[in-house]
Amino acid sequence: MKKARAPDHLERASVPWLLACAVSTAAPHTEHLPLWLSAIIGVALLLRTGLWLKNRPLPARWLLALVVVATTAGVYIEYRTLFGRDSGVALLTLFMALKPMEMNRRRDAVVIIMLGFFLLLTHYFYSQSIPTGLWLIASVTLLTATLIRLFGGPQPPVVIARHAAQLLLQALPFMLVLFLLFPRVSGPLWGLPQDAHSSRSGLPENIAPGSISELILNGAIAFRIRFTGTPPANSVLYWRGPVMDEFDGRAWKPAFLGRMASPQIEARGESIAYELTLEPHNQRWLLALDAPLELPQNATLSMRMQALAREPVRLRSRFTLRSSTDYRAGLEETQQILSASLQLPAKGNPRARTLAAGWQQKHSNPQAIAAEAQLLFRQENFVYTLNPPLLGENSIDQFLFETKSGFCEHYASTFVFLMRAAGVPARIVAGYQGGEFNPIDGYVVVRQSDAHAWAEIWIAGRGWVRVDPTAAIAPSRVEQGIAAALPEGETLPVMARIDLDWLRQLRFRWEAINNTWNQWVLGYNPDRQRELLSRFGLGDIDWRGMTALLSALCGLALLGITVWTLWQRPRTDAAHRAWQRFCKQLAKRGAPRREAWEGPLAYASRVASVRPDYGDIVHRAARCYAKARYGNADGASMPALREAVRQLPNRWRFF
Amino acid sequence: MSDSRTPLTEAIAAAGNIILGKERQIRLALACLLARGHLLIEDLPGVGKTTLAHTLAQLLGLHFSRIQFTSDLLPADIVGASIYDREQSTFRFLPGPIFSQLVLADEINRATPKTQSALLEAMEERQVTAEGETRPLPDPFFVIATQNPSHQIGTFALPESQLDRFLMRIDLGYPDRNAERALLAGGNTRERLATLQAILGPAQLKPLQASSAAIHAAPALIDYVQLLVEETRRDPRFVHGLSPRAALALLSAARAWAFIDGRDMVLPEDVQAVFGSVAAHRLRLAQGSGHANPEDLATIIQRTPLP
Repeated sequence: MKKARAPDHLERASVPWLLACAVSTAAPHTEHLPLWLSAIIGVALLLRTGLWLKNRPLPARWLLALVVVATTAGVYIEYRTLFGRDSGVALLTLFMALKPMEMNRRRDAVVIIMLGFFLLLTHYFYSQSIPTGLWLIASVTLLTATLIRLFGGPQPPVVIARHAAQLLLQALPFMLVLFLLFPRVSGPLWGLPQDAHSSRSGLPENIAPGSISELILNGAIAFRIRFTGTPPANSVLYWRGPVMDEFDGRAWKPAFLGRMASPQIEARGESIAYELTLEPHNQRWLLALDAPLELPQNATLSMRMQALAREPVRLRSRFTLRSSTDYRAGLEETQQILSASLQLPAKGNPRARTLAAGWQQKHSNPQAIAAEAQLLFRQENFVYTLNPPLLGENSIDQFLFETKSGFCEHYASTFVFLMRAAGVPARIVAGYQGGEFNPIDGYVVVRQSDAHAWAEIWIAGRGWVRVDPTAAIAPSRVEQGIAAALPEGETLPVMARIDLDWLRQLRFRWEAINNTWNQWVLGYNPDRQRELLSRFGLGDIDWRGMTALLSALCGLALLGITVWTLWQRPRTDAAHRAWQRFCKQLAKRGAPRREAWEGPLAYASRVASVRPDYGDIVHRAARCYAKARYGNADGASMPALREAVRQLPNRWRFF
Repeated sequence: MSDSRTPLTEAIAAAGNIILGKERQIRLALACLLARGHLLIEDLPGVGKTTLAHTLAQLLGLHFSRIQFTSDLLPADIVGASIYDREQSTFRFLPGPIFSQLVLADEINRATPKTQSALLEAMEERQVTAEGETRPLPDPFFVIATQNPSHQIGTFALPESQLDRFLMRIDLGYPDRNAERALLAGGNTRERLATLQAILGPAQLKPLQASSAAIHAAPALIDYVQLLVEETRRDPRFVHGLSPRAALALLSAARAWAFIDGRDMVLPEDVQAVFGSVAAHRLRLAQGSGHANPEDLATIIQRTPLP
């Protein structure tokens, strides 16, 4: 039984185009879809390709319905819902893979393309990186090309691709205008990205042995800084994170002290202005350079001198700060904080306590006590290593007198313990130390592997003074970075220990590109928008004004493109225009319409046979037109044509 | 100018009296001759292919010869051969039937490729090389070849490159009812043919060919020819599009058509009128065997708007 072809029958030759669309829009989603779903999608698309190759009929409707119901149920079981982002995307991707199975008509194909455009948008829920952007541009081109193929008939793929690219290029001005001027809200429009609330690597809230050395293996970028002036030396770059003053014998955590005013910080050297772009870490601390003097509006200084954002940082954010590395802070520290900075567990680590008590008797000066501890670390063959032996109950004693090898948290923790036991208020500061200057774009990059822990002691008359006990054992840690400080052979992330110069250059370049993308594309937030607009003297524009400006610019762009297109169009000569107008007028008067391919004389005879009353006029006009357009150019033919065209009865003439 | 064309109109009218109801084909054949091209007529036996060739030769006063192609025909049978003249004791070249102003090559696809190519070379070069000596062919030199549809038994299909040497291919088709009735009722065609008077001579034909070639083709028209040719190259139904040579052929055939029509410039209508005859035998279909038919070319015309 052969059915008559429907008027919008889908050509066999356009099927591979549509399958390519399905693959290119669905493929990136398989990265985060459950395996069984990815498998079904792959199998469905492969099957469809096979059916196309073998020219076999598509599966029956009931079978498809069954598959759709079963897989939808599967999605429900997997996600426990059919709504929301993840299950929604899963369903859409699934439909994208199944829809080709019932692709008989052009209408089905259009559904696939529209679904494709929508599905493309959902990729931004998961990734906004440059490769994703490039992939999506390619996919949009493919989808557009497929539309052209569907409605434009068979043409070589190169011609279609060029046409699609041309169309997209024409959309470019609108894209730019919309990007720059569309009123922005903070954060993505669709709500928070999935990974915002899940755990992100970053400094821990509590410090126990091993908690920082875990981070050292992570090469991910923590934040980037751009200094307004020249970057200070690496050895003063202490980026302040959580401060901990309560010790339970094993781990350090911030003591609960209630709300208190922040201490006075007085800069002694010149202040350093910088801009910090923080990767989301789900915590409030901003990792300001020690010690912060000026904070952005939406941040406050805590009583422990931390720069804290109002909300946990869940999106990549930019802050402008000012710090001084030479400062005096907390000269008049509150009693509560000082006593919290002396707290120790009731028992444990007796040998360390004895040692400290001895120092306390020997010296009255806290600085001398601190020097004593540093001297101890330096002289007693202490080893700086990422893989220290495990410690038991009296961890401080064990470290001090037995294992003698550890990482920065061991040294900081032991040092603070000793200080407190000797009656000097002390606490642990976690954060990052150092950074890497990227010569390509001038940003300093701080990675998770730069995580560090150091100590602060309080001295009457001088306030809080930073003491980095790690510097006593491994001075190169502070001067040259982690890779130089660790012994050869210890595992480190590849990123932190690169010796090959070209590889390092390549990495610098790639990071600079990524950073530009982050700063200018992803980080284009309301502030940046305002900043840009104020550069054009539109500083205090509200969203209404912005929308008006947007519409005006879009209109302008449209006008520009129209003018350009008209300019590009082969300019028809006067004779041709006159003839076309004449034919249109004739058609309005009930004569047959001229086909686009029809020559003047042929059209004249056709009109004359249908409307003999126009016969003379049209014959004469056609002859004049033929002469003017195709004849040997002579000046008289054009006026004759105008005259002939004017012979039409005047009633409906508009020109 | 209209004076010089009068004999053409007369010739068309006179030929119309012999070959009934085929004015379009007569015009096309004449246009082909004016454009200095050769003509291929493809149709079933008995529809008047030979009569058309004969009539044209008669009316134009051309020296006419006919070669019946058979499978055992040799190149020498066409070109001629040297024979020994006993009286003068030398070899004397005896020109073959190709040394005529109008040659009718009947059923050309019955001959072997070797013989076919002897004729086709002569058509292209307008000269013949026999026994080391090159001899020019008469001027005008016009070949009308006929061939039976290639699916008939015992035929050698002409290769592409040789088909290209025919400016046009036309088919005659069955006459319509009235024409056939007139044919049946009328007297013996052969007798009437014999009584035909020449309207032109070779001497008049040459200036006519020259003025046909001088017909004006405006830039807009050349644009149109280019668009048509490009459209055939884009069309997936054909293996290849039209060659530049085919584009030239299309333009000169359109010029001749415009000339016969009494105009001094080529119009798109002229191009459209000859397009089917000039292009169809040069476009091989991608699917199946054989060449494009008039409907394929009509869609090309209808897809190409006038610039």
